Amino acid sequence: MYNPFSLENKTILVTGASSGIGRAIAIESSKMGASVIITGRNEERLKETHAQMEGNKPDYIVADLSNSDDVQNLSENITSLNGLVNCAGLTKVLPFPFAERKDFEEVMEVNFFAPTELSRLLVKSKKLQKGASIVFISSVSGVYCSAVAGSIYSSSKGAINGLAKAMALDLAPKGIRVNCVNPGMIDTHIFSEGKITQEQLKEDMKRYPLKRYGKPEEVAYAVIYLLSDAAEWITGSNLLIDGGYTLL
Amino acid sequence: MELQEFITNFANQFEETDSSVFTKDTVFKNLDEWSSLLALSIIAMVDEQYGVALKGDDIRSANTIEDLFGIVKSKK
Ligand SMILES: NC(=O)c1ccc[n+]([C@@H]2O[C@H](COP(=O)([O-])OP(=O)(O)OC[C@H]3O[C@@H](n4cnc5c(N)ncnc54)[C@H](OP(=O)(O)O)[C@@H]3O)[C@@H](O)[C@H]2O)c1
Repeated sequence: MYNPFSLENKTILVTGASSGIGRAIAIESSKMGASVIITGRNEERLKETHAQMEGNKPDYIVADLSNSDDVQNLSENITSLNGLVNCAGLTKVLPFPFAERKDFEEVMEVNFFAPTELSRLLVKSKKLQKGASIVFISSVSGVYCSAVAGSIYSSSKGAINGLAKAMALDLAPKGIRVNCVNPGMIDTHIFSEGKITQEQLKEDMKRYPLKRYGKPEEVAYAVIYLLSDAAEWITGSNLLIDGGYTLL
Repeated sequence: MELQEFITNFANQFEETDSSVFTKDTVFKNLDEWSSLLALSIIAMVDEQYGVALKGDDIRSANTIEDLFGIVKSKK
């Protein structure tokens, strides 16, 4: 069947695959024919993702990306890749006067330094093949807009966006493409800490022209596009997925 | 942990509302200045000053400053 978006014969590593958006990316990519290596911290939830994947399923790899040894081991565990999806991430909701360096460090470690170093190690060791695609799960925050008490999170996503553009230039000679997807609010566990109430989230939802939050699969479809050969001429770009949120 | 000191810390998060407005019986969500940012500032202040991690629902369920003081105390 004609399908320019197919991921057949591609091996793809997805971080943050134990939950939310990363889980959807892993499952949907496997359904598109990719062989998907998943990683996360929580083994139980990684197994759940693994069980929902289809086709050829390599073993999952448990790794804590806030630990640089784990990042190194993860890269050493990989032999060859056609795609890397840097999805693991967290948020820390703090009004700016309360946002201390340690809070920035905690978030930057996982949202910025870990994906940077993992990508670098995989490029340097030539495990990312010619024609490979690297996708960062950035956000609308820090790139197109922000949110109250969002200085830490926005900084981490803004940094990723800058990184992706420079990486796209430096990796172009290797035929490796680098892009970001920038989702608005997606229905996941990212606010499970509970500082934001369900009521506030319901209210926030009304600010979306399409009147709902996104689904993890809707981010996965965009990522699949960027991983596929259909996006072979796309590098250094941002793909906005926000239900029209940033139009207003 | 002192109620009076809690009220002062609470009032300190506000910019427009005069500090004399704040008593233990103030229904804080009715203040003109109340906002989602202020709710998050109160949560952050309580974490910093009292080492207690409040949830948004704790703020929701409290009416007066004294109610919230009670919640913080119970979680300490
Ligand atoms: N939800 C949204 O509205 C939204 C919007 C825009 C962008 N994003 C981005 O999308 C990405 C995924 O978020 P989500 O909404 O799917 O959140 P989620 O459901 O909370 O999932 C977060 C994922 O990141 C992993 N992770 C966190 N810290 C880690 C660490 N130290 N080491 C390894 N893995 C770690 C988690 O693994 P464990 O569970 O195994 O610890 C989990 O798989 C994040 O980068 C987030 O910033 C989310």
